Amino acid sequence: EKSKSSFFSKLTKAVAGKSKVDDEVLDNLEEVLVSSDVGVDTTLKIIDRIEERVAKDKYLGTDELNKILREEIAGLLSETNSGEETEYTVPANKKPYVLMVVGVNGVGKTTTIGKLAYQFNKKGLKVVLGAADTFRAAAIDQLQVWADRVGVPIVKQNMGSDPASVAYDTLKSGVAQDADVIIIDTAGRLHNKVNLMKELTKVKKVMQKVIDDAPHDVLLVLDGSTGQNAFEQAKQFTAATEVTTLAVTKLDGTAKGGVVIGISDQFQIPVKYIGVGEGIEDLQVFNKYEFVDSFFKK
Amino acid sequence: MFNNLSEKLDKALHVLKGHGSITEVNVAETLKEVRRALLDADVNFKIAKDFTKRVKEKAIGQNVLTTLQPGQLMVKIVKDELTELMGGDAAGINLSGKPTIILMSGLQGSGKTTFSGKLANYLKNKKTKKPLLVACDVYRPAAIDQLHVVGDQINVEVYSDKGNNDPVAIAQAGIAHAKQHGHNVVIIDTAGRLAVDEAMMTEIANIHKAIEPQETLFVVDSMTGQDAVNTAKAFNDILNFDGVILTKLDGDTRGGAAISIKSVVNKPIKFIGTGEKMEAIDVFYPSRMADRILGMGDVVSLVERA
Ligand SMILES: Nc1nc2c(ncn2[C@@H]2O[C@H](COP(=O)(O)OP(=O)(O)OP(=O)(O)O)[C@@H](O)[C@H]2O)c(=O)[nH]1
Ligand SMILES: Nc1nc2c(ncn2[C@@H]2O[C@H](COP(=O)(O)OP(=O)(O)OP(=O)(O)O)[C@@H](O)[C@H]2O)c(=O)[nH]1
Ligand SMILES: [Mg+2]
Ligand SMILES: [Mg+2]
Repeated sequence: EKSKSSFFSKLTKAVAGKSKVDDEVLDNLEEVLVSSDVGVDTTLKIIDRIEERVAKDKYLGTDELNKILREEIAGLLSETNSGEETEYTVPANKKPYVLMVVGVNGVGKTTTIGKLAYQFNKKGLKVVLGAADTFRAAAIDQLQVWADRVGVPIVKQNMGSDPASVAYDTLKSGVAQDADVIIIDTAGRLHNKVNLMKELTKVKKVMQKVIDDAPHDVLLVLDGSTGQNAFEQAKQFTAATEVTTLAVTKLDGTAKGGVVIGISDQFQIPVKYIGVGEGIEDLQVFNKYEFVDSFFKK
Repeated sequence: MFNNLSEKLDKALHVLKGHGSITEVNVAETLKEVRRALLDADVNFKIAKDFTKRVKEKAIGQNVLTTLQPGQLMVKIVKDELTELMGGDAAGINLSGKPTIILMSGLQGSGKTTFSGKLANYLKNKKTKKPLLVACDVYRPAAIDQLHVVGDQINVEVYSDKGNNDPVAIAQAGIAHAKQHGHNVVIIDTAGRLAVDEAMMTEIANIHKAIEPQETLFVVDSMTGQDAVNTAKAFNDILNFDGVILTKLDGDTRGGAAISIKSVVNKPIKFIGTGEKMEAIDVFYPSRMADRILGMGDVVSLVERA
């Protein structure tokens, strides 16, 4: 909080009554943004916007400046991020609602699935999990532990079996059980591995044999401490699976996750969830203003 | 993407040719490109700033009249500086203990468990050691099972105690087991933890104190961004670790975190992880990493791998 207020007061002092923001302030702003992993391109974009606004609306006070900064940065987040959502919802007209979770290794896919299952289950929705990570050591056991914790059924096969076949079975079983939500876990994979990305496309396609428009949501999980590589992740996973939603994990640490601003801006994919711990309740619905504010906190 | 920076520098320095040597004024644009390349590669903001300052000092006064491509000259200066920053020789692992105790540490999902297996496999095959893996992650769902699967894959024994939730006691019991059964290396896998999690940091400090490892390794995901410095510093403050492991370098990240960490804790990067399989481990070469960070491709490694 201390560094937040000192940043804003410094910014205000240098900007108040001027029609141009001086270089020192912009340098400070640049440091805050780049250090939050916002990236050089997006940072320059934000700085341009601030300069424009300051040139237009002269004589700014702290509150206004604070507001402009938040607005301009939040404005880059995909428009579908209203910033006001607080609910874990699924559309009522899609039953079962199928969610496929993808991402590079170790970002928090399986954990996020456990937390989401808990949230949906708590709302009275019937959830079925599909263990389509058949590759990583003990990945199925890990999802099983989460399924037991939440108290929801899981569909699985042996390690090393075809992930597409697990996804298919899960959808069949979900339909038969009259499930509301089906969540498919997939193995972590680096986006530059062509064959593994093809496999993911196949997993997705196979689901359509059971439910035409499945998966209804492809959730890309990004580790909040990832730097600029997250851009390439978003790009390649979108190419392979048409990602519709982002989740950013591990924001309970010191990493800021700023790279999602540029990603959301460029790919128009909304950030929906943030992970803030390893516990079952440590998932929150993304709030863009709180997110932006966190850059200015120590 | 490869040679991108070198091209840009050539362009930026084109104007220099008529000037004979690099001066404060004419190098400014070039340094901006260097800084930009470093930031795009996730080198820490402050470190990138200091770094360009040092490069500037080295570059000023250098004669460019005789060089056909001034960009290449700058790339060389930048690359040499980067390589030096990341440490000269590939650092080995200290295997002097009886048994040698190796403690893994790092954030969640960085690759500790996988690397524990890779290292055990490497020591077994390349150094004819008899390693024991010890499962001290009592938190993550199925963490113990995961280490057992890994151990089975490489035919290395795994010590675990599912009923016990005290990692210090498990580590000690594991070491006792190793002594009894003639293992000469003990690799302790621990739970992932955030540097801001005081209880968990105290826990690993306690493990460290109780077992006095010859090697404490900090495992970090090479895709890490600006936060790498904070985390590395916090872990080093608590553990005074001996070396760094950079994982997931089989991806296309530039891996600027390597420089950030090295600058902040000044500990050698000992190994890299280049895949999910147990064989995907390699020693670290600073100059290849410098090429990679500058976007010049990890050509040498790729050639050797093929
Ligand atoms: N602190 C913190 N840790 C998290 C969070 N989300 C996940 N983790 C931890 O990160 C590690 C990796 O999580 P997983 O859910 O296994 O990640 P994954 O993407 O499924 O990994 P792979 O399947 O191996 O690719 C585990 O130790 C989790 O407990 C979070 O929001 N905060
Ligand atoms: N592509 C690739 N994947 C890796 C590498 N090292 C580890 N992984 C993967 O990264 C994910 C996380 O690895 P783990 O070994 O479980 O990481 P960890 O640090 O033990 O995780 P926690 O115990 O949850 O903190 C898994 O999917 C691994 O297969 C690597 O060098 N390359
Ligand atoms: Mg997983
Ligand atoms: Mg582990």
